[in-house]
Amino acid sequence: MATDTLRVGDRVDAAFLHIDQVTKDFGGFRAVNNVSLEIAKGEIFALLGSSGCGKSTLLRMLAGFETPTSGRIVLAGQDLAGLPPYQRPMNMMFQSYALFPHLTVWDNIAFGLRRDGLPKDQVAERVEAMLKLVQLGSYAKRKPHQLSGGQQQRVALARSLAKQPQLLLLDEPLGALDKKLREETQIELVNIIEQVGVTCVMVTHDQEEAMTMASRLAIMSEGRFLQVGAPHEVYETPATRFVADFIGNVNLMDGTLDVDETDHCIIGCADCTHYVGHGITGNAHMPVTVALRPEKIHLSRHKPDDPYNTAHGRIKELSYFGSFTVYHVELTSGLRLKVSVANVQRHRDDEFTWGDEVWAHWSRAAHVVLTS
Amino acid sequence: MAAPVPFLQRLKAWFTGRTAVIGVPYAWLLAFFLLPFVIVFQISVSEMVGVQFKDLLTLKDGVLQLTVKLSNYVFITEDALYLKTYLASLKYAAATTVLCLLIGYPFAYFMARARSTQQPMLMMMVMLPFWTSFLLRVYAWKGLLSENGWVADLLVASGIDQLLYALGLITAPGKLMHTPFSLVLGMTYTYLPFMILPLYANLAKMDLRLLEAAADLGATAWVAFWKITVPLSKAGIIAGSMLVFIPCIGEFVIPELLGGPQTLMIGRVMWDEFFSNNDWPMASSVAVVMVLLIIVPLAIFNKYQAEAQEARK
Repeated sequence: MATDTLRVGDRVDAAFLHIDQVTKDFGGFRAVNNVSLEIAKGEIFALLGSSGCGKSTLLRMLAGFETPTSGRIVLAGQDLAGLPPYQRPMNMMFQSYALFPHLTVWDNIAFGLRRDGLPKDQVAERVEAMLKLVQLGSYAKRKPHQLSGGQQQRVALARSLAKQPQLLLLDEPLGALDKKLREETQIELVNIIEQVGVTCVMVTHDQEEAMTMASRLAIMSEGRFLQVGAPHEVYETPATRFVADFIGNVNLMDGTLDVDETDHCIIGCADCTHYVGHGITGNAHMPVTVALRPEKIHLSRHKPDDPYNTAHGRIKELSYFGSFTVYHVELTSGLRLKVSVANVQRHRDDEFTWGDEVWAHWSRAAHVVLTS
Repeated sequence: MAAPVPFLQRLKAWFTGRTAVIGVPYAWLLAFFLLPFVIVFQISVSEMVGVQFKDLLTLKDGVLQLTVKLSNYVFITEDALYLKTYLASLKYAAATTVLCLLIGYPFAYFMARARSTQQPMLMMMVMLPFWTSFLLRVYAWKGLLSENGWVADLLVASGIDQLLYALGLITAPGKLMHTPFSLVLGMTYTYLPFMILPLYANLAKMDLRLLEAAADLGATAWVAFWKITVPLSKAGIIAGSMLVFIPCIGEFVIPELLGGPQTLMIGRVMWDEFFSNNDWPMASSVAVVMVLLIIVPLAIFNKYQAEAQEARK
């Protein structure tokens, strides 16, 4: 029953979930600040941000546990305002799962179906299908505390999918698992969600989780969206200094725009001159920031031929991660350049080490020029 | 061959801090429960000679004789008075427990859900009556329920006494004292905090996200209360019920002050056997049966606790 059906041709109709200028105040504190978003059917969308950025509040508003101070949330053409959580066509997988400790796995999954007054045989059929989906058939009679963390996570997923919700909300879905299990579960979770075909909004502070699982993500800070896009867009073309710094590792170099042509621009910094393989629209001599990802920089002991995109320094610090090593190269200005080098060979004859003088070099397509 | 460990050294090894800590409650129970109980039991099967008990074990012509007198127990089962009194005690204790639960559960629930700044004050209100002597408070009810007491006036003016009379809880309209009503009222009033405190402790530590999860899955607040909150507070309900039910069965003071001839309870019967009839063996038998009556619900409670503990592992 649509209480507020939108007109045909309305821009909103294209989106399955429409968050329209939503704001939430807690007393004097603005947790979510005028946020708008459109999510298409079948998308897995991640809200990514550090704790206190407002992502959980936004999710709780979707679920109906919080009421927006202003703005609308529209799902499949229906305005959700005033709809209590128990009437919303969406289900949530809670952070650390919130499984009912006194009920068995079977009864946990059946809980929502029974609230709908489904006949017994249909409930059983649906629960069995869910147990099969998450491969927990033989655990139906167990209580939640008799399961491992990974199994509990799958019960929580089965419980939230049992009612065939139009929208699945995931609150830090893998936050309670250890690293190894998390990586395996990420893929499994996405497979199950895609198999079911449910539209999904997840909240996470873990950027790896957001990038591997989501088709699109929004970076949130202080109640606002800083950037919305596919994971590779946000990583490779961050819109702001904050986003560049928040997602992955980055070297930020301040400089001025010296030459700005349509096919290239030249930016002068303290330690080097950047030659960027595309033009930017800016005024000459305006201050800009160049963002360089550590994996896009090469190290060598010899001075490269290229007069541009090269800097000289000394290795001050190195962190070995197994598959790659991050070198901290101190440039003449004192700026430390992080360079990550893949360890493609087991032992290199000529390994860089502390105190080595090196030249860093990067390609003309490696930069992101940030004007804000 | 290893040298035998000296006794003192063995004792030292055995007597660790752990043994001492565990030993204290055991010693306490042994000295103040088991030993007195054995003495009472011994009295209950002894023969009286004048004002003295006959020894249970006698040595006669080199033959050790054990004389156990079971007639008191037989008498308890044969005389309708005892059975009636036991049943009455169970009935009033059960009624008190149910009333305490009905009043105490909502109280504990709202206390646990109140703002954390208000909770100490609410807790204070539950504890406050304990600052006055229990005896004084029960006496106060005597005044409140007697013919000029304002509570009695209120009940009569509002016609509630007619309802109580119709239910058979008072003997005549307007006469509230010395009735089952005044007895259960007094016991409920006295034991209510013992119901509220364990329930509060239980409800306060409940994970409120479970209620959100229930709401998310389509449960209204009412359904979530019955399907989630109540089952999860089972341990608190049982603990509170035990704390009310067990002392109520053997209650002597409240039936003595607020009860009447109709409301004979086992504590009263025991008192009479000890101090009016001076029949200590009979009184002891009554006491032993009462302890056994109390041990049954206690054993059920313990079994449940053990299961819950097992389940948490």
